Amino acid sequence: MKTKAFKAAFPYTIPIAVGFLFLGMSYGFLMKSKGFSFWYPVCMSLFIYAGSMQFVTVDLLLSAFNLPAAFFLTLMVNARHLFYGISLLEKYKNTGWKKLYLIFGMCDETFSINCAVTPPADVDRGWFMFFVTLLNQIYWVTGSALGALLGYVIHFNTTGIEFVMTALFVVMFLNQWEESSEHRPALIGVGASFVCLMIFGSGQFLLPAMALIVACFIFLKSKKEAAQ
Amino acid sequence: MTTLQKVLTIAVVALGTQITRFSAFLVFPEGKTPPKFISYLASVLPCAVIGMLVVYCLKDAVFSRLHCLPELIAIAFIVVLRKWKKNTLLSIAGGTVLYMFLVQSVFI
Repeated sequence: MKTKAFKAAFPYTIPIAVGFLFLGMSYGFLMKSKGFSFWYPVCMSLFIYAGSMQFVTVDLLLSAFNLPAAFFLTLMVNARHLFYGISLLEKYKNTGWKKLYLIFGMCDETFSINCAVTPPADVDRGWFMFFVTLLNQIYWVTGSALGALLGYVIHFNTTGIEFVMTALFVVMFLNQWEESSEHRPALIGVGASFVCLMIFGSGQFLLPAMALIVACFIFLKSKKEAAQ
Repeated sequence: MTTLQKVLTIAVVALGTQITRFSAFLVFPEGKTPPKFISYLASVLPCAVIGMLVVYCLKDAVFSRLHCLPELIAIAFIVVLRKWKKNTLLSIAGGTVLYMFLVQSVFI
């Protein structure tokens, strides 16, 4: 049963393997170049396992210690998982103990497969989704570890390498921009953050920016309901 | 940060991440539909948050001597590269390499 589910799941994860190995390696290498030992990226990929947030956490670890800001930032950056969870309530039902790991490892890429792919009738659904989740995390952890190890071996001028995070978010921004015809959320995100950055400065702007973004959405939603 | 503070920060990020993953399953078990506003937030926040993170990445560069000039050049390059090749990983790699070249050799 398990072998069959593994064989059915593996092909779907191959494209993810390419992306995760590349991004994971960039992440591991970035952490090493910022002075963190091998175990930091590996443990973070094991226990946090959320790509965007892990990149942001590198920055948090290099700034002043502030647990509440880190906590709320995590909730905002990963709020989309709530949406994934709602979409997968039915699918993850009756999967037994595997459900705990399925939810733990519910990242964007795993969600996209588990949400969209229905395994053949003779394949156990629970094990299929379990292997999709597990394989994806293995790619991510492997990539992070390889990147960090590479950081021990290869030495070159890494000034500016932290821009890989900016590049990642810019590309994600462009992808979302093209996929959606409603650009207001994206503009609110950029606009509100920029205004708060100007008012509060780079060390203090995140919490007010998050509050302002949520306030803008409350306003938008109430206006939309009033119009209906 | 001390090592303890680093470990605590990582633990809080891990905890926050798992709260976002588990809450749907804990709060809305079978048959219960989530409040409309929560669903609405979950649908619009992803786009807004990525925008916020782009600004977050530029937060120090904005106030620096060059006011984001190398960053903006690299971002423009990413936009062009992505339009041209439609490849996410290539755009990230290309933008990063150009930026590293700019800050190491051009804007010293």
